Amino acid sequence: MKQMALALRVNGEEKPVLVSPSRTLLEVLREDLNLTGTKHGCELGECGACTVLVDGKPMLSCLLPAAQVEGAEITTIEALGGPSTPHPLQLEWARLGAAQCGYCTPGFVMSAKALLDSNPEPTREDIKAAIAGNLCRCTGYHKIVEAIENFARQRKADQAIDRSIDTTATAVRAVALEARG
Amino acid sequence: MAPKTGFAVIGGTETRVDGLEKVTGRTRFADDLSFPNMLYGRFLRSPHAHARIRKIDVSRAAAMPGVHCVLTGRDFPIPFGPLPISEDEYVLAFDKVTYVGEPVVAIAAIDEATADAACRAVVVDYEELDAYMTLEEALEQRGEPIHTEHRFGNIHKAVSLEFGDVAQGFAEAEYFREDVFFYQGNTHMPIEEHSCTGVPEGIDRVTLYSSTQNPHYGHRLIAKALQLPGSRVRVVATPAGGGFGGKCDTFSHEFAACRMALRTGRPVKFTLNREEVFYTHRGRHPVLMWSKIGFRRNGRITGMHFRSFLDGGAYGSLGVATTYYTGALQPCSYRIPYYKFEGTRLTTNKPVCGPKRGHGAPQPRAMIEVQMDKAAVDLGIDPAQLRLVNAIEPYSKTINHFRVTSCGLKECIEKVVEVSGFNDKWGRLPHGKGIGFAISAYLSGAGTTQYPSNGPHSEVVVKVGRFGEVQCLTGSTDIGQGSMTVHASIVAEVLGLHASDVMVINGDTATTPIDLGSYSSRVTFMSGNAALEAARRMRDQIAAVVAATFGIPADCTEFREHKVFNAVNPGQSMAWEDACALAESKLGALSSTGNYTPPDLDGPYKGGAVGPSPAYSYTALAVQVDVDPETGMIDVEKVWCAHDIGFPINQTLVIGQVEGGIYMGLSEALFEEMDYRKSRLEAPSMLDYKTITVNEMPEIETHLICTHDPEGPFGAKEVGQGPLLPAIPALLNAVYDAVGVRIDEVPCTPDKVLFAMERKADGRGGRIGPTAFPEHATTARAVRAPRPAEWENGNEGRMN
Amino acid sequence: MLRLPEFEYAAPATVGEATRLMHERGGKAMLLAGGTDLIPSLKRRQYLPELVVSLHKVEAMRGVREADGRLVIGALTSLDAVAAHPAIRASWPALAKAAASIGTPQLRNQGTLGGNLLLDTRCTVYNQLEEWRDAGGSCMKSTGVKCHIVLGSKRCWAISSSDTAPVLAALGAELRLVRHGDERTVPVVAMYRDDGIDYLTLQPGEVLTEVLLPPVGKWDRSAFLKLRRRGTFDFPLLNVGAAVKFGADRIVERISVVLGAVGSAPQALDAQKFLGGKQIDDAVAVAALQAHAAKRATPLPNTDSSHVWRKRMVQVYTARALKELVA
Repeated sequence: MKQMALALRVNGEEKPVLVSPSRTLLEVLREDLNLTGTKHGCELGECGACTVLVDGKPMLSCLLPAAQVEGAEITTIEALGGPSTPHPLQLEWARLGAAQCGYCTPGFVMSAKALLDSNPEPTREDIKAAIAGNLCRCTGYHKIVEAIENFARQRKADQAIDRSIDTTATAVRAVALEARG
Repeated sequence: MAPKTGFAVIGGTETRVDGLEKVTGRTRFADDLSFPNMLYGRFLRSPHAHARIRKIDVSRAAAMPGVHCVLTGRDFPIPFGPLPISEDEYVLAFDKVTYVGEPVVAIAAIDEATADAACRAVVVDYEELDAYMTLEEALEQRGEPIHTEHRFGNIHKAVSLEFGDVAQGFAEAEYFREDVFFYQGNTHMPIEEHSCTGVPEGIDRVTLYSSTQNPHYGHRLIAKALQLPGSRVRVVATPAGGGFGGKCDTFSHEFAACRMALRTGRPVKFTLNREEVFYTHRGRHPVLMWSKIGFRRNGRITGMHFRSFLDGGAYGSLGVATTYYTGALQPCSYRIPYYKFEGTRLTTNKPVCGPKRGHGAPQPRAMIEVQMDKAAVDLGIDPAQLRLVNAIEPYSKTINHFRVTSCGLKECIEKVVEVSGFNDKWGRLPHGKGIGFAISAYLSGAGTTQYPSNGPHSEVVVKVGRFGEVQCLTGSTDIGQGSMTVHASIVAEVLGLHASDVMVINGDTATTPIDLGSYSSRVTFMSGNAALEAARRMRDQIAAVVAATFGIPADCTEFREHKVFNAVNPGQSMAWEDACALAESKLGALSSTGNYTPPDLDGPYKGGAVGPSPAYSYTALAVQVDVDPETGMIDVEKVWCAHDIGFPINQTLVIGQVEGGIYMGLSEALFEEMDYRKSRLEAPSMLDYKTITVNEMPEIETHLICTHDPEGPFGAKEVGQGPLLPAIPALLNAVYDAVGVRIDEVPCTPDKVLFAMERKADGRGGRIGPTAFPEHATTARAVRAPRPAEWENGNEGRMN
Repeated sequence: MLRLPEFEYAAPATVGEATRLMHERGGKAMLLAGGTDLIPSLKRRQYLPELVVSLHKVEAMRGVREADGRLVIGALTSLDAVAAHPAIRASWPALAKAAASIGTPQLRNQGTLGGNLLLDTRCTVYNQLEEWRDAGGSCMKSTGVKCHIVLGSKRCWAISSSDTAPVLAALGAELRLVRHGDERTVPVVAMYRDDGIDYLTLQPGEVLTEVLLPPVGKWDRSAFLKLRRRGTFDFPLLNVGAAVKFGADRIVERISVVLGAVGSAPQALDAQKFLGGKQIDDAVAVAALQAHAAKRATPLPNTDSSHVWRKRMVQVYTARALKELVA
């Protein structure tokens, strides 16, 4: 089949790739761009392990032909921070043991990130709804919910402190948080 | 957060050492690895449940461009099995296929699509045979048995054990319960699909990188099946993306990847797709059970006769052990004065069953705990009290000769009763709401190796470098349970460091010493003890050198806060790094070893080696449910659990295992089943094979009971499997409390609940479950073992 | 890893271009919207199109607009957008609820209303990879001639599993279908055929472009109920879309009840016959409707849970839907 030249935008970088139209974003990320943080558990949209953000929304990279996301901003787990510069959400996730085998974790973290970016103060029900498309076999889900909840609470507390000191600082912090994210 | 008494690391809540790698997606799982010039392997699998292979024509496939290697059964003529007593399996079907999905031809090509296309080009001429899809069909065995070499046809293994004369126990009974129960098979469904890469090394060596729980056993089997010296094989366990027992066996893709790598001189990767994972299975056996228990009016058990039929699927796997396990642990939780157990495992034309979290114990545990609940109702004793009356006591011998040391079963029961308000709720909640109770016992590591060996079960090396860097080398594998953190914590505690200061190198049969693997909840207890010994020996080496400098005896040093202190004069200390450099300058390379071999615990009878463990964990658990009487749908509202952990090495990890175990137990209780339509799985997908999602997960309240096991490292026992067990019967018992019906089957689905309620309303008894048990005489030679001496004189097992 | 078969790919920017491509390539092209249904079926080799025509660039097919007092939803509007749309939530909460119940958050971000309406019928025998699908004989929806669910059946019984179809059918919504040089509008109910293979009345080359909701005020209340064992991921084992218009004294003036997932097409019940002119909680009428519903439903052992239980649930959920209409 004819290969297609695609100009993908992944984690803020231009990534030109030449691929068959039947190649999914999952394959392109893992096999062409070597971004193996995005996992796969079924390749049929039934587990959530391959969740990435497409223009900020969680989507399943196994169900997206790469050609369909040309022009969109694709965000993968690699963009959230490495082991030495983790996102505070990831720190809390690790601290609580919300990752056991860790295989479903990148997908969950991306679903959680999408929620936290759009909903500053999610309720427990909001959190459950946001991760209802991700399966985990290790944890029983509690620590995952707790990690997201703790992060949101801490962020709110931090922001309250910032507000009381200086509204400009809040903005700076938000930008910093975003940059880290 | 009570534990952590007197320790710096142990008993705490430190973040797991691999935590940040995992949450940032940097952990390299098996399919994340790639190697230059790599080929991709795929299997052609059997479309038939039972058929003879007349001819395999691979000529077209082999000639296809991009195809580099084609293997058939003839390339692996040596049968193998994880247990030497049950070597009935071939890497690729040899002359027969025995289940749909069995690998028949392996092909390596430049990419998966080419390998797949080549598989489609293979022509296999099959002669179909009648398939045995159920226990009953296997027992009846109307045609050719599945394995003609098995002595008793489709009966793979039969066990008959009797401890004392059970008739005598029954003679003392004032009340009996006789029940039949069926526990459907289910599977592990790790989120990571199995994956491995065989990489040729030098001219005649191969390294296998694989998502496996047991690299050591894999190493042994690969050498055997490939007819290579063990010295030519290296197995590296990659971090497993979930195991649960499903990556214990050594699989066709692992053997094939190694053979193909050696044959082609190129790395060969196999990654199974999800449906292949379902057919690869090795999961929970379907078990049909019959149990008769005699009681006195006061609730004391006088005797038990337990029978099981296991539906094993097409091969032996670890099924001999599973068979024993269906009868092993009943006397380990209750003081049963007379006990008889008969278990039979049958071969059927289905994917192979094997070990899944709880290995052979969840099925009998579900049955017995439901039976105890029924007895409690009949005897008018509350269910928790009935357990207390019969609970095994610390430091006792079970009737089947298991040595129980630390045991917090009574404390667990009392704790759960207290925190759940069980006494105020049971029988008193409004219709539709109910609470159920159950307990369990589980092993902290099997006392026996899978193949005969007198060597240690766990060996650990601790190395310290000139800059103070510490490495802990262990053959154990981290399948998510946190074994790396357990090792790091133990070594850090002894050397006065943080867990994060210890680099754990694990699961590599070339660079790490032997460990049998991550199964049977053995790693913390066994490898933890080896790590403790190695760390202490390292500490002693360094202490001797530093003490000489301080001018004090070696045992007057203290290792804490990254320093070596003079215990005589606490003002004097040496930084850890300086102490290491000093010791190395005097002693040369700093390394120490530790080993763990369990004490000889075998019972004095044939089969007495399966089940004994150096320590047992205990769990009590209550589940509260809300059942919709119109639909039968069950909403699990809350779970209370108390687990006798001995002592937690890391509380966060322990709570994680408790919650994960309860999750998996509830998921099995409510949803999971390997259901077949004729020879095919009905639901080989993550959508159709239902597992609990975040929506169905109830709140869990966990309490840890610390009994400080005398032989566990820092008093620790297992937690990976125990808490799963009681979740299942507690749920069934809660359903009874809610709507008054007995579901004597797992899973407990809404249709069963609704139909049982309808039967109850019609006066046909509110029960769904099997009604008959095959009256098939066991083929096993009856083994009659004496009651342990500890049971004489009314001593009921106490080891005084 | 499970991968897609090879195909040619086109991504037109207009409906006209899309219909032209579909026209030119005859039956050898397939439309790709959100892909949550098509991509898995391609990966399972249930379809092997030569050309996949992706609609994601056809902006005109996305979004919700108002026209002549009716809400018009572009077929490419994501299910998440349908579920969250303020006007839809205000006027047709049952539709929002149905959309919000589909799959998972990720699937709702990707999946479209049009895709859900045209969702392929489902069957546990059929929805497997080709290796297993064909093991023991292929079924008629695949490459074979038999049905493994109803032995000896001449037709396929795969299940209509759309959650939005029963609601939109109950509401009396309409679909705008465009093909090369042609266009038509049909009621939602008319889109479906009770046949697991030939389950749509969609003509070759036709593109579903818009969903036209009824004028606001046509119904007083609408309801959507869904039976499944888990609160997420799962397709319906049964769903009910219902709508009612009350007359004086809360007498039912008009009522519409449609069952989904109990046949190869949504089943519109004769609710008007049983409940028209009566109180909605008229016990005799409700019981009659329940019995009628159970008769119309043909759950079979081709999805999760026993079909006997699912049949029983038809009655329970029919009654519950009526209750929801007055809740």
